[in-house]
Amino acid sequence: MTPPDAGAAIVLDKVNKWFGPLHVLRDISMSVGLKEKIVICGPSGSGKSTLIRCINRLEVHQQGTIIVDGTELTDDLRALDTIRRDVGMVFQSFNLFPHLTILENCTLAPIWVRKMPKAEAEAVAMELLTRVKIPEQAKKYPGQLSGGQQQRVAIARALCMKPKIMLFDEPTSALDPEMIKEVLDTMISLAEDGMTMVCVTHEMGFARQVADRVIFMDMGEIVESGTPHEMFENPQTDRLQLFLSQILRGH
Amino acid sequence: MSTTVNHIPMPARAEPKLLSLGPLEWARTNLFGSIWSSLVTLALGYFTLKFAVGFIDWALIKSVWTVQSDAAGKLDPTACRIVKGEGACWAVIWDKYRFILFGRYPYDEQWRGAIVIALFLALFVISAMRRFWRKELAYIWIAILTTIGVLMWGGVFGLVYVPQDLWGGLPITLILSTFGLAFAFPLAVLVALGRRSTTLPAVKFICVVYIVLIRGVPLISLLFMASVMFPLFMPVGLNPDKLLRAQVAIILFAAAFLAEVVRGGLQSLPKGQYEAADALGLTYWQKMGQIILPQALRTVIPPLVNTFIGFFKDTSLVLIIGIFDLLTSGKVALAEPIWQAYSTEVYLMLALIYFCFCFAMARYSRGLERELGRSVRR
Ligand SMILES: Nc1ncnc2c1ncn2[C@@H]1O[C@H](COP(=O)(O)OP(=O)(O)O)[C@@H](O)[C@H]1O
Ligand SMILES: [Mg+2]
Repeated sequence: MTPPDAGAAIVLDKVNKWFGPLHVLRDISMSVGLKEKIVICGPSGSGKSTLIRCINRLEVHQQGTIIVDGTELTDDLRALDTIRRDVGMVFQSFNLFPHLTILENCTLAPIWVRKMPKAEAEAVAMELLTRVKIPEQAKKYPGQLSGGQQQRVAIARALCMKPKIMLFDEPTSALDPEMIKEVLDTMISLAEDGMTMVCVTHEMGFARQVADRVIFMDMGEIVESGTPHEMFENPQTDRLQLFLSQILRGH
Repeated sequence: MSTTVNHIPMPARAEPKLLSLGPLEWARTNLFGSIWSSLVTLALGYFTLKFAVGFIDWALIKSVWTVQSDAAGKLDPTACRIVKGEGACWAVIWDKYRFILFGRYPYDEQWRGAIVIALFLALFVISAMRRFWRKELAYIWIAILTTIGVLMWGGVFGLVYVPQDLWGGLPITLILSTFGLAFAFPLAVLVALGRRSTTLPAVKFICVVYIVLIRGVPLISLLFMASVMFPLFMPVGLNPDKLLRAQVAIILFAAAFLAEVVRGGLQSLPKGQYEAADALGLTYWQKMGQIILPQALRTVIPPLVNTFIGFFKDTSLVLIIGIFDLLTSGKVALAEPIWQAYSTEVYLMLALIYFCFCFAMARYSRGLERELGRSVRR
């Protein structure tokens, strides 16, 4: 396991969070090295989404420290701006802006947040749309695209901000089976380019192929972590064994 | 087990032609489908026809269009009296239309009021066209509203000064409603945003109190307060005129209602839209201005326009504090003894004017809804 050194992209130290009486994150400590690819898995309701949403402060943690790219997450708005600029996020439900074209979806944040000139932002966006293999859809609206295409636009939109870290929250769970591959392929190529990635996903094939480390969560705790090989072939805890058997049965 | 091939893909076939119904066929299925349907159709048809015939008879056939003036140049409504209410007396409109439209505005200067009305109409038409939805539109508004002020007041460019208490008629109604909505709408958006604020509890509290207080009283009482009580609290010498006070009351009242409509739109957006905007690093105002409001306002166009229409008509309540709007000038025109019997004709004309504006707004909102809806196919 990578030690929580200064070079790490993300460091979490004894992070706790409650939703009212519900203790969703319990003493979570982990660190993600530069260019490391982490896959987080675990049963539904185990706090995976909450954990990764804490990393870009869509959720606020109550105890412990989170350091992203050398900046600690606090109430300081300036620090938050820096982090949100450098951390891209892809959601389960795409969350594209339906009133804007695909191109406008991609150029909005670079223009407003990075103050990039419009022409340059459009050039960058077209380049990334080409990369996710849908440049020809640039003038359409999100509602006119299939789920898989929408999710690839969402990835391109996040990449347009030139983030150092990408967070994925179950990016393929809302997709029809035949579209999962196109999104996973995009993510794999991103991983091959050396992006630092934290992915919540149950796609074990993807985890095997790209993950440096798999983290298994249950009931708000990190139960086990290790290389995909160790985790899937030789699970140490009953909880992971049970989870893996359920996943395999489900697929 | 062997599989069975039960279908081999074939070239797509053309969609079958829609069986279009002729008018006779349409009537048979929709109006005379059953005995009950036929009876209802016949009954409604009979009453509609009877009413229409009666109205045309009254308004066009038995009606009197002009009356003679006597030797002293005074109008003599005898011709109207002869038809005994069986025919409309449009002569009253002919005699009084300028008073109804412009109130007590000096007769020789009423062309200025006419230009003001034309300017307002031009402003509405320009604002309605999406082609002009740019920053420059704000300058057009400022320019036109300034011109309107100059024309109404005068006192410059060789125009005779006309004090505000002589203004009246349609210009007043248009001024009250246009300025009213132009200020109330942005205020309403701010109040709606404030009411949903999670980080500024004080702002939220103020917005909630404002909405609850204003919505809890009728507009009439606000207008009374503005015209009677407000001057009591103001230091002597600082006393904004009656029209301005009524205008402020209307703005505050309209904003509270519009704020609730806007809030409905804000609530209808999925949380994911806020989160995606946050995750991209947009600031609060960028998020609202670029992502949330464009979508939220679009979804509330129908109730928004509904409220607009309501307020356009509600401006007529200023009648009770003695402001000379369209309705007031109609009433005052009827105070003249020779025309007292012909209120129906005058009120019909007023209704027609109000109807034209409200109908235009309603049609426009339907078109806008359709046009904006086209891009957002979820
Ligand atoms: N905004 C919220 N308010 C209250 N409870 C929440 C909220 N978000 C998530 N939870 C609860 O926290 C727990 C963890 O949720 P989540 O992180 O979404 O789990 P996962 O992504 O692993 O399925 C669940 O029990 C969920 O019901
Ligand atoms: Mg989740």
